[in-house]
Order: sequence, then structure tokens, then C-alpha cells
Amino acid sequence: MENPSEPEPVMRFTDVTKVYPLPAGDVVALNKISLYIAQGEFIAIMGPSGSGKSTLLNLMGCLDTPTEGELYIKGKRVKGMTDEELTSLRRDHIGFIFQQFNLIPLLTALENVQYPFILKTGAADSKGRSIEVLESMSLETNLFSHKPSELSGGQQQRVAIARALVNDPEILLADEPTGNLDTKTGSAIMELLSDLNRNRGKTIIMVTHDPKIAEYAHRTIRIVDGKIV
Amino acid sequence: MQSAVFFDFAKRNVKIHWVRSLLAVLGIIIGVVTISSMGILGNSLVLSISDSLSTVGDTVIVSPHTGSGVRMGGTTSDSISERDVEQIRRAVAPDVTIPVYSGGSRMKVGTEDTAGVIYGLKPDDIPILLDLKEGSYIRGASGAMAGERFAEENNLKIGSRITIADKGSLRIVGILKERGMGFDINPDYGIVVEDKWFEQAYDPAGYDLVIVKVKDLGTIAAVKEAIEKKLNRRDTIVDVIDTKAILETILDAFGRITTFTTAIGGISLIVAGVSILNIMMMSVTERIREIGIMRSIGTQRKEVMKMFLFEAFILGLIGSSIGGLLSFIGGYAVSIVMLESTQYLFVPSSLVYILYGMAFGIGTSMLSGFYPAWKASELNPIEALRHD
Ligand SMILES: Nc1ncnc2c1ncn2[C@@H]1O[C@H](COP(=O)(O)OP(=O)(O)OP(=O)(O)O)[C@@H](O)[C@H]1O
Ligand SMILES: [Mg+2]
Repeated sequence: MENPSEPEPVMRFTDVTKVYPLPAGDVVALNKISLYIAQGEFIAIMGPSGSGKSTLLNLMGCLDTPTEGELYIKGKRVKGMTDEELTSLRRDHIGFIFQQFNLIPLLTALENVQYPFILKTGAADSKGRSIEVLESMSLETNLFSHKPSELSGGQQQRVAIARALVNDPEILLADEPTGNLDTKTGSAIMELLSDLNRNRGKTIIMVTHDPKIAEYAHRTIRIVDGKIV
Repeated sequence: MQSAVFFDFAKRNVKIHWVRSLLAVLGIIIGVVTISSMGILGNSLVLSISDSLSTVGDTVIVSPHTGSGVRMGGTTSDSISERDVEQIRRAVAPDVTIPVYSGGSRMKVGTEDTAGVIYGLKPDDIPILLDLKEGSYIRGASGAMAGERFAEENNLKIGSRITIADKGSLRIVGILKERGMGFDINPDYGIVVEDKWFEQAYDPAGYDLVIVKVKDLGTIAAVKEAIEKKLNRRDTIVDVIDTKAILETILDAFGRITTFTTAIGGISLIVAGVSILNIMMMSVTERIREIGIMRSIGTQRKEVMKMFLFEAFILGLIGSSIGGLLSFIGGYAVSIVMLESTQYLFVPSSLVYILYGMAFGIGTSMLSGFYPAWKASELNPIEALRHD
């Protein structure tokens, strides 16, 4: 914004601080973080446990708002947004991929993918789009009607990624996407994410403990005690 | 369209936890059935009494004043003199005044002993007061009419002879239609004779009862007052009651009973509401993580709320529908057993209680679902996601 020749970054953090007020004393989870993330980047966030990685990712995903500092997502100022606006932003522009997969147990694989699409568009013909995305995740068609509990971890994560993609968001946020998968399945999932970044231009921000997994990213941000090092 | 998704979610949740849903539904059913069936029953009673109101509610009954213990110890009962009857007649004209003698006696039919009430009436007055079942009304002094039940029990036919103890015998010329409970006279278990015959047989001091048939129901209170003014000016010599006032008092009492029983239905609905609240809270608590997932991928607060309200609505709708149906069946059964007719069930003022019951059922469910739904929508997505 300050420099019109530069494209507006997908994410812009300026001195962002996140404090959790607790009876035993405030916990400073993030301490004056500043960072830019450009369109199409693939970023790994690494750091010791409790350093603030998930907190940072939650801020990026508009699940939480900063205590102090400014945060712009796709040029929109997050501070002062209503819960409804934040929710719409998540629904339309951000895809979440979780370590626990977090599919809705009540719904089949296909329905899980359809759900955010219906939320956004209200469309009755959500099936075509959802099948297309699930197929692009190379999930066998006969598994579409399975409930999450009837799928393997790798299969569940493919469904979860399809769900994150169905509304065609620019940003994918992944908190240890391979944390619950074996090495081989994890690699396959990472190949999928790399492909989405390379060929579909998705901006991917991923938290991981595993240096091997971090190698898939172009840039690694390290945090210790809520600060970028 | 989005609403359809949340309705679908709600439906699935109701189905998955069907035992729990069933219990909640059961509570609603009981509440709805209580409210509706009590309402229907009360309304049917009121309607059937109102019907009687128009048939027997047009009567003013004058009876000798039963003093406050002045006349102890078996002296002859008070009566209304011919002069008093004339005064009443003048006071209420053009309404019809019917003086009545009444007594009881042992009688003989053939060789069988029996007993019954005897009413002495002027032949012209009988058709005004009593309906004929068969035969004819009395013409001569030797004729008598038998009440339907009395005739049945004593095997009386037209032409049968009946002997009144010490007073001679009479021929049955007509059988009266059964009259049922009334406020004036009830010849169902007795006979009606001509007043002349009664006078000659018993030599009464006066009449036992004077009945005034009021043509215009609106004037009934005025008629009553006119009689009292005429006869009770100095001393209270007659008691005057109008049947309309009595029926209205009964009606009022029934109305109160109906309100009371319907309120009991309301209480059972409150209990049902609490159980729905409980079940919905359970549903919210065990789905905290699911709510977290839904919120994180872009479900609005109000949409979460909608989902849970739908759930409450579905429970209420199922309970109310079943309850409505059962109330109808129940109302039908009760009408047949208690009123021996369903004519008061199939009227809007009765059936509307089913709608009331159902509306209360759904309303209670929604009200009970509101707090859990609001709780669910207020969950912090991050904390909800971490929950397990
Ligand atoms: N809701 C909360 N309330 C209070 N403190 C919190 C809350 N969430 C996080 N914290 C604290 O903030 C700090 C950062 O937590 P965060 O979850 O971001 O760490 P992390 O880097 O993701 O750790 P891990 O690798 O174990 O997942 C921790 O000290 C944590 O205890
Ligand atoms: Mg974490």
C-alpha cells in the first residue's frame, strides 16, 4: 500500500502481540511479530513447543485477533472486524488443514467437502465441484460415501485438503498436516501441497516440527518465545 | 439453501441420538396431550351444558320458603296458596305460570306393590312442560301419565291400571319421554295426574311448586324479581330460583376446572421443556469440537445457532404432532365415555385446543433450545477445536 509498485502482500503483520491473560499472570504468546507473506509463497513455521506457532497460525486464519499491532490479510485490516466478517473471510479466502484432520464425523467424505461450498454459495449443485476436488486429491471414488471413521489417516487428510480447497481460497493454513501420518503418507500429502503451491498458485503457510517436511517450503520462519529469530 | 444444510444436520443429530430424542419427544407428547385433551374435555362439557341451558334454562321456580328451623318436627310442609299463584300469574304475564302439586305414594300395579312420585298438573299445562312418548295427554280425571322409567320398571302400557294407596285407581293414557335431571320436576320415576284428581285425593293446603316458563331468556332476572317483589314484600314466603343462574354457576365452575387442568398440562410441558434443555445442553457439550471445526471453516455464529434451534424445533414438531394425534384420539375416547357423543369434539372451539397444545409444544421446545443454541454459537472456535 505504501509502495504501489509492490503487490499488496497476502499477509502483513506489524508489531503483532498476542497476550493470553491468565489468573497466574499474562502469557505473552507472540511478542511484536512483524512479517510479510507474498502471494504464492510456501512458508514453514518452526520452533520449539509452546513458542507460539499455533497462535501465529490462528491469527493468520482469523480465528483470533491480535492484542496489539496491526494485521492485514489480503489488504483487509483485521482489527475492528466483526465476528461475522472474520468468519466470512475464513470461509471465502482461507483453507484450514489440521493435524487431527478435523472432519465432521456426521458427514461422509463427499459431504464434508460439500459443506463449506454450500456455506459460501448456498448452491444445491455442490456435488460436481466437490467430486472434482476430491478426485484431484486422488481419493478413490468408492470412498466418497465413507464416514471419516471409515477412512485411514492419509485418506482423511486428503478429504480435509479437498474441503480446504473447495471454495478456491488463496491461502492454505496447515498446522502440522503430517503430524499424525507415517513418513510415506506424509510425503504424499506434502507432494499434494507442493503441487497446489506450484501449479495452482496457492499461498501455503505450514507449521511443522519436522525439518524434512520444512524442506518442501521456500522459506522457513523460526520462532522462539513468541519472537521471530 | 444454507438453512437446508443446517436443518439436515439437525435431523441427523436427532436421528443418531434417537433414544435421547425419544425421551425428549415423550415429554412433549405428554404435555401436548394433557393440554389438548383437558381443553377438549372442558370445552365439550361447557358446550353440552350450554345446550341444556337453552332447553331448561328458561325456567323460574317458586317454592315455599323453608323457614330457618321455625317449623320443627314433622308438621305439614309449607305450600303456595291459590291466591299467591294468582299474584305470580299477574306478575309474570304473559309468561306461563304452572302450579304443581307433588307427593309420593305407595301404589299397586296389578298385584305388584310399588311406589313413586305423583305430580298433579292442570291438563293444559302438561304439554308445555312435558313431552309425550306414546299415548295421549290426560283428558279426564281418571287418566294418568307414567314417567318412562317408571313405566318400564312396572311394565305399564297404555291402558294399564294403577292403584294409588287408599285413593282409588287410574288408567294410564300416556307415557312421558324421559326427562333426565332437571331443576323443576322429574316425573321419570312417577306419574302425572290431573290437578282435580290430586285435590280430591289429598286435599292439599296449596301448591308445592310453581313453575314459570320464560319466553325471552333476557327477561329471566326481571321475572324473578317481579315475583319476589309481589310475594316477599313483608315476609319471605317463597324461594325463587332461576335455572339460568344455576346453569351459569355450574358453567363457571367447569370453566375453572378446565383452566386448572389445562394449567396442569402447562406444568407437564415445562417439565418437558427442562428435559429438552437438558438434552440440548448434552448435544452441545458433546459436539463442542464439531462446532469448533464448523466455525473454523467459516460457519457463522447465527448459523450454529440455527442448527441447534432446528434440532429443538424438530423435537418439538415430532412431539407435538404425535401429541396432537393422540389428543384427538383421546378426546374422541373421552367424549364417547363421558358424554356418550362426539358432537362436541368435531367443533372448531374444541379442535382448536389441539392447535393450542401443539403450538405450546413447539414453543416450549424452541424456548428450551434457545439457551443451548446460544451457548453453542458463543463458543470460541480455537478453544472448541482443542476440546475433546
Ligand atoms: N488459550 C490460551 N490461553 C492461555 N494460554 C495460551 C492459550 N493458547 C496458547 N497459550 C500459550 O501461548 C503459548 C504459545 O502457544 P502455541 O499453542 O502457539 O504454541 P505452539 O508453538 O503451537 O506449541 P506446539 O508446538 O506444542 O503446538 C504457550 O505458552 C501456551 O501455553
Ligand atoms: Mg501448536
